[in-house]
Amino acid sequence: MEACPFKTNAMFHQPARFLFLLLLVLILLPLSAQEDLLDLLGEEEPTVEFATASFKTNRVINLHSLESTAGGVFDFKIGHRFGFVSGGFGELFGLDQALIRIGGDYGITDRLTVGGGRSSFEKTYDGFLKYKLLRQSSGAKKMPVTVAFLASTAVKTLPFRNPDRENYVSSKFFYTYQLILGRKFSDGFSLQISPTLVHRNLVRLESEANDVLAIGTAGRIKLSKRIAINAEYIYVLPDQLAPGYRNSLSVGFDIETGGHVFQLHFTNSTSLVEKGFITETVGNWLDGDIHFGFNVSRVFTLRRKKG
Amino acid sequence: MKQFLFFFLFLATATTTLSAQKYFTRTGHISFSSDTPIEKIEATNDKATCVVDTEAGRMEFAVLIKAFAFEKALMQEHFNENYLESGKFPKATFKGSIENLAEIDFSADGTYPAKIKGEMTIHGVTQSLETEGSFVVKEGAISAAANFSVQTQDYGIEIPAVVRDNIAKEIMIDVAVDLEPLKTK
Repeated sequence: MEACPFKTNAMFHQPARFLFLLLLVLILLPLSAQEDLLDLLGEEEPTVEFATASFKTNRVINLHSLESTAGGVFDFKIGHRFGFVSGGFGELFGLDQALIRIGGDYGITDRLTVGGGRSSFEKTYDGFLKYKLLRQSSGAKKMPVTVAFLASTAVKTLPFRNPDRENYVSSKFFYTYQLILGRKFSDGFSLQISPTLVHRNLVRLESEANDVLAIGTAGRIKLSKRIAINAEYIYVLPDQLAPGYRNSLSVGFDIETGGHVFQLHFTNSTSLVEKGFITETVGNWLDGDIHFGFNVSRVFTLRRKKG
Repeated sequence: MKQFLFFFLFLATATTTLSAQKYFTRTGHISFSSDTPIEKIEATNDKATCVVDTEAGRMEFAVLIKAFAFEKALMQEHFNENYLESGKFPKATFKGSIENLAEIDFSADGTYPAKIKGEMTIHGVTQSLETEGSFVVKEGAISAAANFSVQTQDYGIEIPAVVRDNIAKEIMIDVAVDLEPLKTK
């Protein structure tokens, strides 16, 4: 203690210097805080941003897109395919024929969609359930892809070809299971791939597989805010179908006007349901076996979200 | 000397906290509506950020475009995709000042009309904005409200011919914020 006679003095000087500094800071603080008021709040809490509108509607052309119908929304669908363009002038390039599917999809939630329809081709009824397992997002939660699962059933109601033999009702049923993996790479470009299994209770030939594996791919490029070009190709793994069946290839445009989406396209597939366009496509693009067709989608908000 | 310093420090602290009063919120309410004979469109956002400096009479707002909620999902999608292009322009902001600051006593309860002037940025386009609003001071808490209208074309928002009858050219905007004191670190 005695060795340090200036102790009290030193103790005084230390806090004094500290206090002066503090004082300086306090005086200068309001001056320096003149710039950006919002910066005072500091970093914003990051939010999860889900990718939206990867495709204009929940179908690319024939294939289901990774989009679902929003919760509480009913989407009325009319699908129309004219005959083969190769029919020539006599058939007015296919316009004499018309195949139609009338249906609708409903979003039970933003992730769960149910839908159904009836096609004039083979008088087929179909119904599906689609659930979004993962949603592409950025921000607080990052998810690179959207993944959806689709289960669809189709029933052919045409009379049996061989009424004399014993026929089972179950023979008219077809089931499709599909996983849809996709990503919106940019505002204008989305791509998806859909591994698919089509189960057919009855096939015509023994050489045909009851379970058919296929991989669908589809993409979209936006040409403008309201017009996009779509393409899809479905590759059926070899040795499953009878000769003469081909892979489905479709190219088309999406045109969006307010509540409607018009899809105009060319496709070599005749049917508008999964089991049909995946396993029963016969048209050859190179021979002009192409259908001109369109899908019209009109949405109605049945259940309003509380804003 | 020591006492004097402490007193001075106390004074400095007291005056800085008293004079540099700032108020803020992260849950400000902003809504807008478009009204035409065919369709009424409304959207609300309860996540607007706002800071008001009551001493300098300045205020700033920022709002995430994607956080506007519509009754119809497709409207919300089109609003973000086609009209406001929220991917490119995620935020709308307003930076302004209270023109009649002298007439507002933020330390006394009451309702005070306010003249606000500043610059608003929507869809990447900045326009000057002048409007009247009000401040309500009650037991130390401050709330502010204003409503005004903007022209979509002023902010470079194109409305295509097919929906021209569905979307109003003039959009009404409603702002209401409840502010709490901001403790500067």
